[in-house]
This record gives sequence, C-alpha cells and structure tokens, in this order.
Amino acid sequence: MSIFERYKPAFLDSSAQGQKRSRHTLNYRKIWQMVILLTAAVTLIPLITITVVDYNVTQKSIESEISLRTRRTVSNTKRTIVSFFSARRAALDFVVHDNDISELSSTNRLEEILNNLEMSFGGFVDLGVINDQGVQIAYSGAYNLGGKDYSDQAWFNRVVDMGVYISEVFLGFRNKPHLVIAVKYEFGDGGFYVLRATLDTDQFNDIFAALELNGEGDAFLINHGGVIQTPSRYRGDVLSRVSISVPPYSDRTQVEEYRKGNDDHFIVGYAYIPDSNFILMIVKQKAALMKSWYATRSNLLGFLMLSITLILGVIVLLTTYLVNQMFFSDRKRAMAMHRIEYDNKLATVGRLAAGVAHEINNPLAIINEKAGLIKDIFVYREQYSADEKLMGLVDSVISSVSRCGTITKRLLNFARHMDESFQTIDIETVIKEVLGFLVKEAEYRSIEILVTVPEGFPQIECDRGKLQQVLLNIVNNAFSAIGSEGRLTVEVQAKNEQFWVIAITDTGCGIPEKDIEMIFEPFFTKKSDQGGTGLGLSITYQLIEEAGGFIKVVSEVGRGTSFIITMPFKHKKRREANT
Amino acid sequence: MRVLLVDDEMEYVSTLAERLSFRGIEVRWASSAKEALAYINKEPFDIAVLDVKMPKMGGIELKQKIEEIVPGMRFIYLTGHGSEDDYKRGVTDGISYLIKPVDIDQLVKAMNQAAADRID
Repeated sequence: MSIFERYKPAFLDSSAQGQKRSRHTLNYRKIWQMVILLTAAVTLIPLITITVVDYNVTQKSIESEISLRTRRTVSNTKRTIVSFFSARRAALDFVVHDNDISELSSTNRLEEILNNLEMSFGGFVDLGVINDQGVQIAYSGAYNLGGKDYSDQAWFNRVVDMGVYISEVFLGFRNKPHLVIAVKYEFGDGGFYVLRATLDTDQFNDIFAALELNGEGDAFLINHGGVIQTPSRYRGDVLSRVSISVPPYSDRTQVEEYRKGNDDHFIVGYAYIPDSNFILMIVKQKAALMKSWYATRSNLLGFLMLSITLILGVIVLLTTYLVNQMFFSDRKRAMAMHRIEYDNKLATVGRLAAGVAHEINNPLAIINEKAGLIKDIFVYREQYSADEKLMGLVDSVISSVSRCGTITKRLLNFARHMDESFQTIDIETVIKEVLGFLVKEAEYRSIEILVTVPEGFPQIECDRGKLQQVLLNIVNNAFSAIGSEGRLTVEVQAKNEQFWVIAITDTGCGIPEKDIEMIFEPFFTKKSDQGGTGLGLSITYQLIEEAGGFIKVVSEVGRGTSFIITMPFKHKKRREANT
Repeated sequence: MRVLLVDDEMEYVSTLAERLSFRGIEVRWASSAKEALAYINKEPFDIAVLDVKMPKMGGIELKQKIEEIVPGMRFIYLTGHGSEDDYKRGVTDGISYLIKPVDIDQLVKAMNQAAADRID
C-alpha cells in the first residue's frame, strides 16, 4: 500500500468507486477541487502579480541608476580630458604669442621653452617650429628632426585650415605612445608658422587610472576609427581595434547597452571629445553591476517559491481536512436520517401488523368457537359422534383456525417486542420466532434451515426487539444470497463466561474479497437497482455495537458467507449512540 | 363453578358460553359492562372472563368495579389485542391473559386454576 493510499482521504474514495452516489451525498471531489482552485487563485494571483511588478520596477530603477552613474562618470571624465587638452593648447598659444618667430627659431630658446613647459605641465617630449612651407625650422627634443618637411602630411594641412590640431595617439620613435598638439600663428601679411609639441600619454593615462569605476569598469579613448588610444583593461591593447563597434556620433554624453553573445552583456557610456578625433569610452560589465540585484532577485524568487509552496500546502491540507470532515458529518447525518426512517418504518409495520392481527383475531375467534360448538354438539349429543368424516371436517376447520391464530399471535408478539428494552430471553425462542416468518418462503425456495442451540443454554439479557432486527436482517441477506436451493445454518455457542456467539452461515453466492471491508459501510450496496439503500448491514452493525457486541464476516465467492456475531450475556451499561 | 363471560362480540361470547355449558360449567354471558354489572348485582359468581377492549367501559375498568362489589372475585382477561401496557398489568396482577382465538381446554384450565386460587 503506497503512502498516498494510506493517507488518501475517504471522500476521494467515495466518488472514485464508480458506484452510484446516494441522493444524500454531494460530489466531494468536485467541491475539494473547486475550493483548492479558487483559494489558490485568489491568494496566488495577487502575490505573483505584485512580485512580478515589483521585480520589474526594481530592475528598471537599478538599470536607470546604473545608466545615470555611468553618464555622470563619462561626462566628468570628458570635462577633465577637454580641460587637459585646452590647458596645453593655451600654453602653446601663449608661447607663440609671447615669442616672435626669430626667438622661436633659436634652438636654445626653444629648448628653454620646452623645459619650462615640461616643468609646469609635464609630459612634453619635444617642440618644433614649422614654417608656412611645412619645413621644420627649429626643433628641440630627443630626436634630430630639424629640416623635416611636413607639407604633404594631413595634420599639417589640418592645422593650416583649423588653426589648431590634436593628433591621435601614435607610436613614436621610442616605441611609446605619443600624441601631438599643434597651433598656428598668423602674421599680419598672411604668412604663418606652426608650433608643434609632442606629448607622451602618461599623464593622460593617469586621468583614466585615477577613475574609480564599479562593475569591472574600463575607461579609455578610441579614435573615430575604433582604434584604442589609451590602455584598456579588457578591450584590447593600445593601437589595436576595439572589440566593440564604434558608437554613432553624438554631441552629448550617451549610455547604451550592448549585447554580444549570450554572456557578454555590457553598458557603454561614451562621449565624442570636441576638436579631436577621440571618443571617450567607459565600458562596464552589466553582470558585475547587477550582482547585488541578482542576489536580491534570487532571494525574492526563493521567497516567492517558498510562499507559493506554503500557501498551496496549507490550502490543500486545510481543504482536504475540511472536506473530509464535511464528508464524514454528512454521512453521519444521512445515516442518522436513514436510521430514523428505518425505525419509523419498522414501527409503522409493527403497528400495522398488530392492528391486522387484532382485527383478524376477533372473527377468527368466532369461527373457532362456532366450529368448537359444532364439535361439542357432535361429541356431547352422540348422534353424530360416529360420523368420522364430519368430525374430520370440523377438526380441520379448528386446526386451520389454530394455525391462523399462531400467525397472528406471532405477529402481535413481534410487534409488541419492537419497542421493548432489555429483558431476559431464551435465544432459541427468539430464533424460532424470527425464522417462523420465513419458513414458508424457505419452503418455496427449497432452503433448508438448521438451528443448533446447545441444551441448557443460559438465558440472555438483551434488547429483544433489536436482536430480532439483527437476526431478521442477516437471515434476509442470507436468503437473497442463496436465491434458491441451499442451506442456512444458525449455530449458537457460548464463547466464554461473558460472551456467546451466533453464527449464521449460508451456502449463497458469497462476497468478493474487495467488498468485505465495505459491507458494513453505510450506503454500500450492490442492489441499488433493486432499491437497496446500503443501510441494512450498517444498521445491523450499529445495533450490535450498541448492544456491546461485534460482528465478523467470513466469505468465499461461490461457497457462501458466515456472519459471526459475538454478544455479551449480560447487557452492559448502554453507551449512548453517538448519532 | 359459576362463570360470567363479558365480551362485546355477542356471537363469540354466546357460542363460548354454550360450549362451556357442555363442559358442565355454569355460565352467564354479557355483551357490555353495564349488562355484566347487572348480573353481578343479581347473582353470585366465582370467576369473570373479561374482554379488555370494549366500547364505553373496558375490561380493566370493569374489573375494578366488580371488585368493589364482590371482593375476592377471580378474573381472566381474554382479548384479541395485546397491547404492552395491558399485558404488563395483567401479568403483574397474576391474572391469566389469554389471546383470542383461544383453545377451549386452555380456557377451562385457566378457570380451574383461578377457582383453585380463590378457594385458597
């Protein structure tokens, strides 16, 4: 037997058996399902809805918080970079305005300026002055670049056009990343020259290194072509191509989400640096940023799951318990109703029988006396006493009347004991009396009845009417089990000093094993089509229990059934029937 | 032995009276309590056989009336009905309680027994 079988509530069984539901019982399985479904719906739907809404709102707010913070960092960093460039550009502007071309053409002066710049700003590697032909006329720095012609280089044309130029990062001769800032100085007559400074990127990189970025953040510059300009932690080496696509141009700070593959989900904040080819990029790993949210989220989901399990568990257990209680109390009630109905019916039948017996007794008595008188006349007057035929006729009338009298007396006796409570009885008399009603039927059906009561069996104290009902119920069942041709054995024995046993055995069709457990259950019937209520044996069981006895069934299909009733000799103080 | 039979079924009581006379018992019969009381006031009786259920006055009430007039009178109830209360009262009073139809010999036996009680 599985655990479910063992703990399966009784009401599930009652509707699952496929037997017809009595008109007194409801479909408990359906009620059970409905209650569980409705309760679960009204409790779980709001809970899940609230959780989902809260989940989304929280996630959105965290995402927008991340976006906002990234935007702020990008915009601050952009300002720093812009001011870095503008400070150096202003310094160069100052130099070209403070010195005329003849001074700047002197290498010594240029070196002096370079030293000053290096001292006040740092990071200046060399300085060069280039005339309007694109030829470097003076140079101060580590490499001898004097006389180099830049006229065909793009940056030179650019500085001629725009007046200022900030280069991309490139590897200089020392194989270190550098960048160039150049400013143009115009004379009144349309001539010009260009002051060009090379800067190393150390200071520049320090700006990024100083940034405190959460979420495995990575801040760096790329050029418009997507080439990395400053060291990046995760996105590639300097001067290699960045591993993400170049964001579209915008004059404002932007934050976007990028998804690359399944796992690589990151947030990119960027800003185009004006007057240069640089794009500031701050890339953050979304998973790292959302880490705390993911922890909260799994807590939230865990809590939700736990709540749902708990709620469902409580609903199912509670509903099962209540429906089961309902089932039992309904059954008890229906049982009590039937019991009342049954008792009433029995009382009515008893009254009817007594009435009929009484009504018949009077004319019967007259017939008896008239026939008796005829016989007396024959006997006392002697003139007919020799006529055997006449005497035989009269005797036959008298004996028939006597038979009728026996029947009416038995009926009266039976009805009279119906309402009686405890008395001392002779069990053999009671058995004979009950069987007396069925003798004729037994004859018609060729059922042999054997009654064995040991000689000198003691008197029994019990409720005679109830014992009659019990015997009648079981014998009636035995008769319908036999059908026709068979044997009914009633055997009485003393079990011990307190109890006696009556075994009623038939040679009928027997009870299948699976039904034996059920036969005393109320409303269990195999004869519902013949008007069986399934209460006969259940009431029998109750009556025996109320009398302090118990009943047992032994049956074999095709061989017959034995009902073995054990009853006390002396009636114990009656337990109030708990109906 | 002088016996008074009281029963509202005249057919019955008259026939029964005739049968008892065959057996040498001196019998009077009445078909109502009123008639019965008239007999009691006129003649002496040893035993009264009473029907329990009769119109106007039943056998039990009649028995009390007769006892007031003739103390020490013996009674037998004879009825077609066996109500529990009547039955119990009959038994406790030590009075034979016979149910119709009754065997004549049984009735005679009950009368003899009652008469014997009286002599004691």
